[in-house]
Amino acid sequence: MRKITCIECPKSCSLSVDIENCRVVKVSGNRCPKGEIYAKTEIESPMRILTATVLAQGLPLKMVPVRTDKAIPKAKILEASTELKKIKITKPFLVGDIVCENFCGLGVNLRVTRSLKIEK
Amino acid sequence: MRKRDLVIVGGGPAGMAAALSAHEHGVKDILLLERDQYLGGILNQCIHTGFGLGFFKEVLTGPEYAQRFIDKIETVDGIEVSLRSFVVRLDDDKTLTYLKPGMVETIKAKALIMATGCRERTREMVHIAGTRPAGVFSAGLAQKLINVEGLLPGKEVVIVGSGDIGLIMARRFILEGAKVKAVIEIQPQSRGLIRNIVQCVEDFDTPLYFRHKISRICGRDRVEGIDVIKVDEQLQEIDGSGFHIACDTVLVSVGLIPENELIEMTGVLLDKKTNSPISNELNKTSIEGLFVCGNAFKVYDLVDSVSFDSIEAGRLAAAYLKGEG
Repeated sequence: MRKITCIECPKSCSLSVDIENCRVVKVSGNRCPKGEIYAKTEIESPMRILTATVLAQGLPLKMVPVRTDKAIPKAKILEASTELKKIKITKPFLVGDIVCENFCGLGVNLRVTRSLKIEK
Repeated sequence: MRKRDLVIVGGGPAGMAAALSAHEHGVKDILLLERDQYLGGILNQCIHTGFGLGFFKEVLTGPEYAQRFIDKIETVDGIEVSLRSFVVRLDDDKTLTYLKPGMVETIKAKALIMATGCRERTREMVHIAGTRPAGVFSAGLAQKLINVEGLLPGKEVVIVGSGDIGLIMARRFILEGAKVKAVIEIQPQSRGLIRNIVQCVEDFDTPLYFRHKISRICGRDRVEGIDVIKVDEQLQEIDGSGFHIACDTVLVSVGLIPENELIEMTGVLLDKKTNSPISNELNKTSIEGLFVCGNAFKVYDLVDSVSFDSIEAGRLAAAYLKGEG
């Protein structure tokens, strides 16, 4: 049995996970269904949402906050962060706009997390 | 002197929620003052996820959470937003003076909501000994430098204190290519959320020292390292347990304190230890019609709770203006 902490919400439930042959067979200690899914993913193939900033050029903001719209494998987080350095945003944007489709070939989109409108 | 029904100081999550709520409760003349050039407050630099599960029932980043309120405020006619507006004086009759580029304005508010947030406790407040070189930052300042200004404050970092901002910054520095050499916490457990220990520290195998304290900052012009020592259950240093960590940057993440210097000018009673207004009821102060909400009232763990409680502040101000307060 392994003990892990669920990170789906601030309650941070302490989960007890029974594992057989690298597979999750039983989860307990979770206070909602998200805990069970989290435990399964965390043990079998841990995933994280990547949040970071990318450079803006010719805009009133210097940095633009971005996120992956779905979680990516934890093991790819550092590689993906390095990739962000190559991106530059040059036009105004609305929250949710896609900066990069199929980011790093991971099947997720990179999206901006705030809006920047230029008033005429 | 111009009169306004309701003036709100601070355009972060507390001020925005209070403004929208007051408007919904019938106040149609609202002035929202924000010192920055954008609404959103500290959420603009909190680019990580973890916001909104309580209020919006989905997981958002700080800027996304703020944007939902900003977009709503833009559609409401009765709320005038004044950016780059910095309040410098407040009187007990709710007259306030603020600076805006090129002008000084004085207005009288019938009701006032202060949503001025909080600021970080500093190195000086926790008495860290040693020299005073460059390279010592509060965690939130480092967060602003990286996420808003695009500057990396250092390359080899030690974080003192394991509050949420410190933990979040441990991950942020690593993603930006810096090395986080240690997180040092004097208590036997973190004061931050456990999920931040998991995804910001354990995910990257960053060493986390509980029951340790920083005994000295070393370095003449720039931080060159820190001395660390183990403490016992009474927080007393254990002789011979000290060691040195070389680093060029120290982040201090030792908690937050409400920012209430403005209402102090009015004579509102503040708790000397917590800097919160002394009050028996949520959002109220010792002056009628002067309300405080969000982190200025008390330091919250979650922005969702700030939004819920600030909605109440908007309702209270509306009731006061109707003569029911």
